[in-house]
Amino acid sequence: MSEKPVDKTAVKVSEKAIPLEDVKVSLYKAQAKIYPKNVTGIFTSWRWVMVWVTQIFFYGVPWLDWGGRQALLFDLEGKRFYIFNLVFYPQDLIYLTLILIISALALFLFTAVAGRLWCGFTCPQTVYTEIFLWIEAKIEGDRPARMKLDASPMSAKKLFIKFKKHLIWIIFSLFTGFTFVGYFSPIRELAGSYLSFNLGPWETFWVFFYGFATYGNAGFMREQVCKYMCPYARFQSAMFDDDTLIVTYDTLRGEPRGGRSRKATQEEHKLGACVECSLCVQVCPTGIDIRNGLQYECIQCGACADVCDTVMDKMGYEKGLIKFSTQNALANRWTQSQVMQHIKRPRVLIYTAILGALVIGLLASLWIRTPFRVNVVRDGVMGRMTNDGKIENVYRLQIMNGTELTQHYQLKVNGLKDVEIEAEAAEEQSGSDTHMKSIEVKPTESRWVIVDLKVPDGSLKSGSHKIEFEVFSQEDKDTVQEKSVFLVPRN
Amino acid sequence: MSDFTSSFWPMFITVIAVGGILGCGLLLWLTSTIKVESSDGDNTSGHVWDENIREMNNPLPRWWVGMFIITIVFALAYLFLYPGAGSFAGKFGWTSANQYDDEVATANKALEPLYAKYAAMTTEELAKNADAKIIGERLFLNNCAQCHGSDAKGNLGFPNLTDSDWLHGGSPEKIQETIVNGRVGMMPPIAAAVGTADDVKNVANYVLSLSGSMHDAGRVAAGKEKFAVCAACHGAEGKGNPDVGAPNLTDNIWLHGAGEAAIIKRVNEGKVNQMPAWGSKFTPEQIKVLTAYVWGFSNK
Repeated sequence: MSEKPVDKTAVKVSEKAIPLEDVKVSLYKAQAKIYPKNVTGIFTSWRWVMVWVTQIFFYGVPWLDWGGRQALLFDLEGKRFYIFNLVFYPQDLIYLTLILIISALALFLFTAVAGRLWCGFTCPQTVYTEIFLWIEAKIEGDRPARMKLDASPMSAKKLFIKFKKHLIWIIFSLFTGFTFVGYFSPIRELAGSYLSFNLGPWETFWVFFYGFATYGNAGFMREQVCKYMCPYARFQSAMFDDDTLIVTYDTLRGEPRGGRSRKATQEEHKLGACVECSLCVQVCPTGIDIRNGLQYECIQCGACADVCDTVMDKMGYEKGLIKFSTQNALANRWTQSQVMQHIKRPRVLIYTAILGALVIGLLASLWIRTPFRVNVVRDGVMGRMTNDGKIENVYRLQIMNGTELTQHYQLKVNGLKDVEIEAEAAEEQSGSDTHMKSIEVKPTESRWVIVDLKVPDGSLKSGSHKIEFEVFSQEDKDTVQEKSVFLVPRN
Repeated sequence: MSDFTSSFWPMFITVIAVGGILGCGLLLWLTSTIKVESSDGDNTSGHVWDENIREMNNPLPRWWVGMFIITIVFALAYLFLYPGAGSFAGKFGWTSANQYDDEVATANKALEPLYAKYAAMTTEELAKNADAKIIGERLFLNNCAQCHGSDAKGNLGFPNLTDSDWLHGGSPEKIQETIVNGRVGMMPPIAAAVGTADDVKNVANYVLSLSGSMHDAGRVAAGKEKFAVCAACHGAEGKGNPDVGAPNLTDNIWLHGAGEAAIIKRVNEGKVNQMPAWGSKFTPEQIKVLTAYVWGFSNK
């Protein structure tokens, strides 16, 4: 871009006026507090629906019971993770990985279709800020009242109002922290010890840490988290294309902006639809002006669209000066149905296909998952000769019962002819008509079982032979196979 | 800290660690302001690259700088309190080794009441106590099973602990003595005292006959005469002597291999076999539980 002569003189003039070394600006900015104005409308209603849905889930689920225990409990100390009727071991980490990948892909998909939906409607940062702002507005009043209060000198009345707000914020935060810990420590017992100031050291730490994070992030940090700390905010912006639904200001319709008398006709004032009421700026929780176009600060909450629609209504103009639309739609003046058609584009379809495949994969693998696991550890020595002329190998089997019932397991070995199995823990099962010996493992426990395998001497060549342990659970009728080797020493 | 023989490297590390932290602070201070060419409010530094790429002046929020300062203060405090700056051990004197010792001490303290209960019990009672058996099994699998096998049935050269054949005695006291002090079993190479190679073969066949194993009956009588040399340790009847760790030769249990060839090898070459001492590895309470667990193998 070549500079115009006019610009050059302008620079020269300013250089003369202010010597270069005098124009120093701080790279570190003190933050101006943002006072979002209350707003009502379709997007605001949707946000409140999402606040209720997510928060009823978050605060409610730990109180659900499932067969005599908490339905959702992550027992970190016992290393067991209870999710409704499933019990997971740390070995099931793959499921967590899958869930995280699915979440990431869902974020990609929603972002490609409709921008930062997550940010504007379901992100905890937005949801808690919304709740805290609601409390703030109830106590301190709307935007002008809050600005006036903050600007006024400290007085007993101001102190009381601030005290009331922070007290309610802190109570709410501590309850949030308590609920969070309730996912990891049985919540009913936790409630008792919480109220009697009898929490364990880690429980105390996490209740207060999570509570403090809620209080700090929703009460003070607010949009700063989205602007400076959140990585998702930035990479979501990178996933937009020109067909992504975003909050847009219709420049063609709006400009030139300006105030006008409601009686004046278009011919008289010669202005666009924007009446420059600045309400869109006042309601913005990140303090930007959407009329400057797409900006990285925009969390797409739609507050500006809501407030602009009310103004357009009052003026008797068509709604939608600020609306969810796409860059292409604005440029080409597309209709709503044309915008919708462009949602079906390769990128969205590919995301949907991968996401669908992963969800089906996850469900299928949960469906066929055996509720127990087996590890085989062979004793690190050669096979030995017994007094009755047999070759014997020793194994340790770890059987992990992932159910909440006592289970009995039967043992079989594949790959060895005439093998004799001796498991010290195997017992004749009482009340069983099969007369099979079985290994009992208590609910959600794991047990080490020592197993001796014997084959007649001479029936196998010396060296290593591949074998397979087959463990069958009598109650669940499930089978797990685990590979190992049988070693025969040289004579 | 004696990892380095020269004091250069600890100094080098200290300079890098402390210098790096202070350097970060200096950088933060030096870059706190920026010169802009014009004040006409276009919010750029005035630099233009590749025709139209301008450097914008989008300031970092001040609280973020505050966090940088907190990390610098934290890092300096850390270097003062914990090892990190070369050979300086830190004010807390923390090491991973003494953290481990502390954790072991805490765990042992938590187990004290349990072990106090066991101290009052006899070996027989302990061997039947379900909880003590679980502790004993853990101790055994982690420390003993490597040689004696997970099922305690031993292997060539490592005695089977589940039969009632004991080289050094199978009473709880003797088992405890074995665990605490270890044992050395020593069979001297004794072929010369026995006589010719043929004599050795005769003795081997006599020894095999003691347990009713397969042997050459024709050699037994000659072998019995020469067995007098062996009887000093193994006893006139070959029943062994737990006081010197001499095995019983009549029970068909062969620690170092069965059959004529294996026995001849032992007579010719002798054998030194060792069980290490575990006294310093366990607490006395653990040894008591472990003794009972091992004793319980052959005393159900």
